[in-house]
Amino acid sequence: MKKFIGFVKKEYYHIIRDPRTLFVLIAMPIAQILLFGYVITNEIKNASIGILDHSKDEVTKQISSKILSSGYFKLDASINSEQEIHEAFRKGKIKEVIVFEPHFGEKLKKEGSAKIQIIADASDPNMANLLTNYTEAIIRNYSIAITTQNSQISLITPEVRMLYNPELKGAYMFVPGIIAMLLMLISALMTSISITREKELGTMEVLLASPLNPFTVIVGKVTPYLLLSFINACLILLTGYFVFNVPINGSIVLLLAECLLFIFMALSLGILISTVTKTQQAAMLISLVVLMLPTILLSGFIFPVENMPLILQYLCKIMPPKYFINIVRTIMLKGGNLSTLWSDTLILFGMSIFFIIVSVRKYKIRLE
Amino acid sequence: MEKEKAITVKNLVKKFGSFVANDNLTFDVYKGEIFGFLGANGAGKTTALKILCGLSSPTSGEINVAGFDVYTETNKIKNNIGYMSQKFSLYEDLTVYENIRFYGGIYGLKLKDIRKRADELIQKLGLTNVRNELLSSIPLGWKQKLAFSVAIFHHPKIVFLDEPTGGVDPVTRREFWDMIYEAAGEGITIMVTTHYMDEAEYCNRVCIMVDGRIEAIGTPSELIKNQNAENMNDVFIQLARKVKQK
Amino acid sequence: MRIILFIIQKEFLQIFRNKSMLPVIFVMPIIQLIILVNAATFEMKNIKLCIVDQDLSTYSRNLSSKFEGSPYFVIEKRTFSSKEAITYIDRGEITAAIVIPQGFERKIIRNEKNIKVQVLIDAINGTNAGVSQAYIISILQDYNKQIISKLLPVSSSNNGIETSRRFWYNPELNYKTFMVPGILVLLITIISFILSGMNVVREKEIGTIEQINVTPIKKYQFIAGKLIPFWIIGLFELAFGLTIGKLLFDIPLVGNLGLVFGFAAIYLIVLLALGLLVSTIVNTQQQAMFISFFFMVVFILMSGLFTGVESMPEWAQIVNKANPLAYFVEVMRMILLKGSGIADIFKQLIAIITFAVFMISLAVWRYKKIT
Repeated sequence: MKKFIGFVKKEYYHIIRDPRTLFVLIAMPIAQILLFGYVITNEIKNASIGILDHSKDEVTKQISSKILSSGYFKLDASINSEQEIHEAFRKGKIKEVIVFEPHFGEKLKKEGSAKIQIIADASDPNMANLLTNYTEAIIRNYSIAITTQNSQISLITPEVRMLYNPELKGAYMFVPGIIAMLLMLISALMTSISITREKELGTMEVLLASPLNPFTVIVGKVTPYLLLSFINACLILLTGYFVFNVPINGSIVLLLAECLLFIFMALSLGILISTVTKTQQAAMLISLVVLMLPTILLSGFIFPVENMPLILQYLCKIMPPKYFINIVRTIMLKGGNLSTLWSDTLILFGMSIFFIIVSVRKYKIRLE
Repeated sequence: MEKEKAITVKNLVKKFGSFVANDNLTFDVYKGEIFGFLGANGAGKTTALKILCGLSSPTSGEINVAGFDVYTETNKIKNNIGYMSQKFSLYEDLTVYENIRFYGGIYGLKLKDIRKRADELIQKLGLTNVRNELLSSIPLGWKQKLAFSVAIFHHPKIVFLDEPTGGVDPVTRREFWDMIYEAAGEGITIMVTTHYMDEAEYCNRVCIMVDGRIEAIGTPSELIKNQNAENMNDVFIQLARKVKQK
Repeated sequence: MRIILFIIQKEFLQIFRNKSMLPVIFVMPIIQLIILVNAATFEMKNIKLCIVDQDLSTYSRNLSSKFEGSPYFVIEKRTFSSKEAITYIDRGEITAAIVIPQGFERKIIRNEKNIKVQVLIDAINGTNAGVSQAYIISILQDYNKQIISKLLPVSSSNNGIETSRRFWYNPELNYKTFMVPGILVLLITIISFILSGMNVVREKEIGTIEQINVTPIKKYQFIAGKLIPFWIIGLFELAFGLTIGKLLFDIPLVGNLGLVFGFAAIYLIVLLALGLLVSTIVNTQQQAMFISFFFMVVFILMSGLFTGVESMPEWAQIVNKANPLAYFVEVMRMILLKGSGIADIFKQLIAIITFAVFMISLAVWRYKKIT
């Protein structure tokens, strides 16, 4: 045990004496939460649009001002003719142009109908779709308002309740994802690299030749990373809680226990990677491709799994972070407990056992 | 007979923060001699060597290598020296020939000359069979000999060898020293660091460093006589003890 | 010049001899394009819905059939209790629920005020919740219009304001065309930045850098020799990726490809110089990787690759002016999808050239042959 502690201390010093890495380890989660919380948002605010008003009457002015006062749009006054639209789109100055036909107000009054064309720069289809949707909704509202102006017709109004996240804050979505990503990064990536590094430098042989048994060596190597990961997870939770008011509705003990389980899983994955690679570079590339990309993209962290094609949805099912992110969200935001989470927890546990068994077998083969 | 000086060092000091790695070193190395730099690990040998090669800058002192000033004419020095570092420094993922071609190339040699000289060299070292093998697949002793040959491939005036024989078997060590003698015979000045005291006796002159200072300098026989010792090993142990007692 | 060629030759030999490198160069782009382009989508269809119809009237059925008919929604559950609907949301089985209260029809016919339909949305993903809400409200508005025309026969011939939409450059709103150029940027950024960042550190770690530093080689020769191979690989990746994008996703290549490669060439210089800069600061590959990863994540997330730059707060947009990735993502999309010409991207071009000059000078200045 004394030997073991000495060994853990050695690893600990490796990490502590490298201020740059340590800085990144501490700064990264915080920077990322702030980024996600404040910067990364898909909500539409002040999108630049052009209004091409061929009529310039009372009605078109009213509609224009309704559109511009919605907060979604900002007028770019430079568009004066249809010919200029292409250039403005190509320069990326505006996203959408609203075109009122000539004699708009007159037609609406006399013929009961008038036309508005909405032209969107659909090189970004998502944005184009949202913008045109919002614009149409505003116009439709206006249209309904003028038709019902003088009548007694009552309308159905939606009463929207946003569950779990009434203010639609991005942080609610991202905090669990960032925890998953960082735990993966520190536990799996750093571990695999630090073990392959010892292999590359030849110090692994020395350690394995020492009276410590190989199991102790590995456990000793990963213990500091386990601690570090755990501290980081807490750091993220605290930042989320105090800066963005992300609540922890469920049991904190359960949440921390699930974090530990995920760290355990990530560490065993890191060990597995280190048993199959020889160089740091290889370990790093495998980690990036096999771990980071799926963690970021196939876990529901940024892109919801249910929007993906079916094949990818199946692929997501074998990605451990997907389960972890779901667990964290459920506990923190929905206040869920083990009765709803037992299956996800079991899957994570099963994965860890699987990785450990495979790496132990790989290890034996190497020693023979 | 006035001998021509290849290296002159006057009052060289190198500090890392408050730690003094080289404390007021003064010595000369003459042209064509094999000059040994002896000392325990951490005595400051490698630090001094790196300064002479222009890899590290001195804190103070006057240093002249191959007729050029270490502060202002580093690039001219680099054209005239070869260096073989303590860490093995050829590329494991290149073949024997590719390593020679690369280093020849960055010294500005022409490809035609490189080919010719490389063929001669490979034949001389008996590496013809492994000419196109990756370096990672050939034994350490051969690699070391190759590293030395690469260090003198561009015919430098001076070559610096930093513990060149570490981890090499005695037979290969002997062969390695034969190569050093041959190079010296061609007029190349050789400065070598080592902590094998038996190797010290192969040198024309040696300088013994303890804790960053020069404790003794002279031919091996002079030193043995002065210290009343039987061999270089005793000389070194006596000097090291003397410093400790201070 | 000859000396630079020797270094380039050596780098290429090492790259192609490294067995883990070839799959990275050739296989990774394909996998990344296929997976990322399909995964990175905000396109929302099949939002899972639960209809809580407590009225069970013609009107309420009419409303729910409107949701059934919409391509955005799938009716996953039906129930009579809103409590049950919330449980479904809790379990993540549905995203939203529409509660049509008892007396819905009666109120409409009697023309009562304040007819409410309750909409419950799982808002953990705030963005998605916002979009779902917009879709739901637009269906309700449509329904309102229908009621109006039914109850006000006079104005039933009155269509009011007609809107029509035109989607330029991508009439089918294919999200993949949008993502391919962005993912390509990601691809060449990751590969060239990490490879160049690792490269010099690796020589530091194995000690060969000393052997090079002791030669009379000039700084610019060394840096050029180190950067050019990765510059070539980066441009190759771009060509390779564009080919795959064209073949697999049939993305339109509207603009001038020469301009794309020209801009990429300058962008790569910025990136490679940055990688080199990182490698002069750190001592181990682990550190290099970690620092690179940190900056990459920040650069990528802020670049507008996945989320719109316009919606970022002002300070972030100012910070973004120093993000080379943002320029490249923007320009790639402009040229490839909209056919923007050199005059349209002039501003970005100037910015990226400034970056290139700055980063190269910084890297040359930082790289020291002496410790």
